[in-house]
Amino acid sequence: MQINNAYDAIVIGTSAGGLYALMHILQQLPADYPVPVIVVQHRSKDERALLEEVLQQKCDIRIKQADEKEPIQPGIVYFAPPDYHLLIESNGTFSLSFDAPVNYARPSIDVLFETAAEVFKQRLLGIILTGANSDGASGIKKISLLGGATIAQQPETADYPEMPRAAINTGYVQHILDPDAIGDFLLHPENKNDGKTG
Amino acid sequence: MIVNEEFRQFLESVRFVYGYDFTEYAEASVVRRIRAFMESNKVGSLKDLGIMVLKDETAFEHFIQEITVNVTEMFRDPLFYKSLRKNVVNRLATYPFIKVWIAGCSTGEEVYSLAILFREEGLLDRTVIYATDINQDALQKAKEGICSIQSMKNYTENYLKAGGKNSFSDYYKAKYNSVLWDKSLRQNIVFSVHNLAMDKSFNEFQLILCRNVLIYFNQSLQSKVITLFYESLCPFGFLGLGNKESLLFAEKQRSFEEIDKKEKIFMKVK
Repeated sequence: MQINNAYDAIVIGTSAGGLYALMHILQQLPADYPVPVIVVQHRSKDERALLEEVLQQKCDIRIKQADEKEPIQPGIVYFAPPDYHLLIESNGTFSLSFDAPVNYARPSIDVLFETAAEVFKQRLLGIILTGANSDGASGIKKISLLGGATIAQQPETADYPEMPRAAINTGYVQHILDPDAIGDFLLHPENKNDGKTG
Repeated sequence: MIVNEEFRQFLESVRFVYGYDFTEYAEASVVRRIRAFMESNKVGSLKDLGIMVLKDETAFEHFIQEITVNVTEMFRDPLFYKSLRKNVVNRLATYPFIKVWIAGCSTGEEVYSLAILFREEGLLDRTVIYATDINQDALQKAKEGICSIQSMKNYTENYLKAGGKNSFSDYYKAKYNSVLWDKSLRQNIVFSVHNLAMDKSFNEFQLILCRNVLIYFNQSLQSKVITLFYESLCPFGFLGLGNKESLLFAEKQRSFEEIDKKEKIFMKVK
């Protein structure tokens, strides 16, 4: 299998309807997938680790909640903890913040995407999946402006199309794909390097 | 250390001119806050920000108040408070006189939460709570003991989940869109300015709470602050951290024992 070596990190943002879409995509990744995947899924602040447990049962790749100052490693899908923003530090570690919600959300997709873009620049892939708000749109723009690649879930295939649509409307989304194709892209990004598909 | 050269230089200048040290803060957060300040105050570049705050103390005060304010709520993480009731209160009750330090108290919600818990456990009358923060505006709000009525539904739920024994409304008076915490809660609270990155220990405590403050510091500053807490605790004193914080990077890690692993409550054992 040809494995993705075009990126140092992949960030994914999703909200309502995200569990199903994430499951669909993350199930396709092998346990030794060589790129760290970092996810913000909007979630209830009272929930502690249910999301990770549910996904782990369905996926080969290791799923865990990101810890404060934890070094970012390949072969792991990290999730932002409930009620904290997740940020990427330039030394390749996570930091958390309890700053005010951004776009009414904590964790906020924009906060993750913007800090990740500054650290990983053109070696970053940002993906927006289903959701009923517009968090992540500024993040997608920043990733693209700093040379990274961007994907939005095809709105017709999303349970809640508003979030991918808001990202697409910025004009900075390079690929518009359904969840199967996103999984395929993660495994074979070289097939898609021909520029815009949507 | 701050890697972004421009921000590093700016923060070095702030330290040089005013003595406030942010160079050991977690970079991504502090950079984000400075940028948010620049945006809301229409400052175009870091150079302009430097000109604005390094030469004008009033502007600097405004800047410092905005970038150091932390968000907080009453009985945040209710299970933490429940654990305090279960695992810490009975041991504190053996002291004739109890001193508590709430470090990084921001606008005071945690201070009033603890005062309520101590009142219900019969400890408040023989306790002094020292509540400190780097941010004077936040401390002023904490002293006033006022909060917005919109938050009360959430706070009442938190209070009940934290094992509250009375009706939450016993502890405040509502007026217009605000509520005022019961004045008697405040009798034994001392509010004062303290900068964890720079200032020393100032007393000996049986309990120190510092929740969701260390996440804003880098590993080396986290370790220094834990040492400061270590030096400020009596033998077998308790330390409560935020839900996502740990002693992992602290030189003094081995001097503490976990009392509640999940709720991040520790005891100084040596």
